Amino acid sequence: MISPSESTAPPAVTLAAHGLSRRFGSHTAVDGVDLQLRRGEVLGFLGPNGAGKTTTMQMLTGNLAPTAGAVSVCGVDLLEAPVEAKSHIGYLPETPPLYRDMKVGEYLDLVARLHRVPSAKRRAAVDKAQARCGLSDVSRKLIGTLSKGYQQRVGIAQAIVHEPDVIILDEPTVGLDPNQIRDIRALIRELGGTHSIILSTHILPEVEAICDRVQIMHHGKLVYSDTIAALKQFHSGRILLVGLNNPPAMDELAAIPGVTRAEAAGEHLYRVSIAAGADPTAQIVTLAAERHWGLHQIAPAQTNLEDVFVNLTTRDVTDGEKAA
Amino acid sequence: MIFTIAGKDLKALFTSPIAWVVLTFVQLIVGYGFLKRFDEFMEVQKQLLQLASPPGFTELVAVPTFATTAAIMLFAVPLLAMRLIAEERRNQTMVLLTSAPISILDIVLGKFLALLGMLLIILALVALMPLSLSGATKLDYRLIGSIVLGLTLMAAAFSAVSLYVSSLTTHPIVAALGAFGALMAMVLMGENVADNLQTRGLGVLATFAQVFSPVKNFEPLGKGVIDSYAIACLVLLTVLFLAFTVRQLEARRLRG
Repeated sequence: MISPSESTAPPAVTLAAHGLSRRFGSHTAVDGVDLQLRRGEVLGFLGPNGAGKTTTMQMLTGNLAPTAGAVSVCGVDLLEAPVEAKSHIGYLPETPPLYRDMKVGEYLDLVARLHRVPSAKRRAAVDKAQARCGLSDVSRKLIGTLSKGYQQRVGIAQAIVHEPDVIILDEPTVGLDPNQIRDIRALIRELGGTHSIILSTHILPEVEAICDRVQIMHHGKLVYSDTIAALKQFHSGRILLVGLNNPPAMDELAAIPGVTRAEAAGEHLYRVSIAAGADPTAQIVTLAAERHWGLHQIAPAQTNLEDVFVNLTTRDVTDGEKAA
Repeated sequence: MIFTIAGKDLKALFTSPIAWVVLTFVQLIVGYGFLKRFDEFMEVQKQLLQLASPPGFTELVAVPTFATTAAIMLFAVPLLAMRLIAEERRNQTMVLLTSAPISILDIVLGKFLALLGMLLIILALVALMPLSLSGATKLDYRLIGSIVLGLTLMAAAFSAVSLYVSSLTTHPIVAALGAFGALMAMVLMGENVADNLQTRGLGVLATFAQVFSPVKNFEPLGKGVIDSYAIACLVLLTVLFLAFTVRQLEARRLRG
């Protein structure tokens, strides 16, 4: 596992989890997850369905007791002083917790009350959250009559109305149209300046666009954790895309020194993974000419988060850990 | 914080048709019974005067009116309580409350007060029927006060039991039926079990049965007797089931 990249003069840690585990009977949903979030940081939380993302978020927000491990929010232990710790958190669960019979403004006012926003500031807090999420026009409408996208926005507004230090969003852009997604991404970036945000999503470009750091979960374990910048740097050039009209057996390709893996990536297109530090490009070209493989293309693959994600989550945990 | 939740849930009760249906139903049934008994009282009034110590308007009209209300509460409370927790969990809105800086106890107490507030509104509307005649006849305010106290305590006990059942399921209708079943079982227990155990010399079990017999404990107060033991039993039953509810919701966080 890669440790988070160090930055100079790190800001205060707002959320820290150590060895967080959760078992349901004999099934281990989350297994020893460590997590650290600093002020002004946006963390992307990735993983296939059933990887344990939602379970982890439930534990971070105090909605589920961990089997083992500790969570502290702004220095307050969540398990020992849940009420105080929760006052620093804003949480949008997978299903937004909306009262359909309430008006938007009325609902946000209730949420502000529940989060102990002083009555003098409540009106301003509600107005600000509405403005930020583009809800000012529908303030007097019943939540139940709003479209799914607007309801999702109310869900986000609900999580930020009390200006929490840590904002935890479980799939915030689900059900939104492309324009709304862009708005919400901009909002998350804006909020990320002063708050700490964890967001889980299936949309990988979203993470690349708005997150500072990414963590990938698989089978309840954290299999990858790094900054987006390091991710791009680290993986560039580690995979070659090779086009062969007359390909040999994959074993033959994999046997070339410096090549760790070879697999089909499309019609007459092969993805060749390279060991760190090695560059077998010349060798592949030579061999292709000698053995008449019909080489028509060879180029470093554009490595992105998707490759990392697929790489880590389509194999066993042990393999994934080795690769990371 | 408790009152924020109580206010929210009381408001929610009135945005659903259930509260209005129950209120209408209670007014219709109790109002009809009240007027019928009032009519009968007017007819027999002259004959009553010949008795040495005739029963008054309060005993003959007000007391049965309150008794009808007590019977109606038996199914009105489960209906009003069914959504309080079951539906919040079903719609996954409970997360809003459990993620906010509020203890589970405050959440439960808030919901309990919302329900009790609703029942006090019903009770006030019923009490207004006999009280509306306060200028025309001599009312026994002590007796009425004792009955209202008894009904309030019984309503609180019913509320706590129904709230607990609502925390066990995510289906409001199941919660209503379950709570009704539990309350009926307690009524039957009050009828027979406590006395039966007492005559067999099983005093401890009899006390136990007495606590779980809210209707039986209401009876002395309904007759104007402030029986502190019965009051303690009603309060104990309420506290017990509120504690069960808190425990149930805590367990949900632990078990997932």
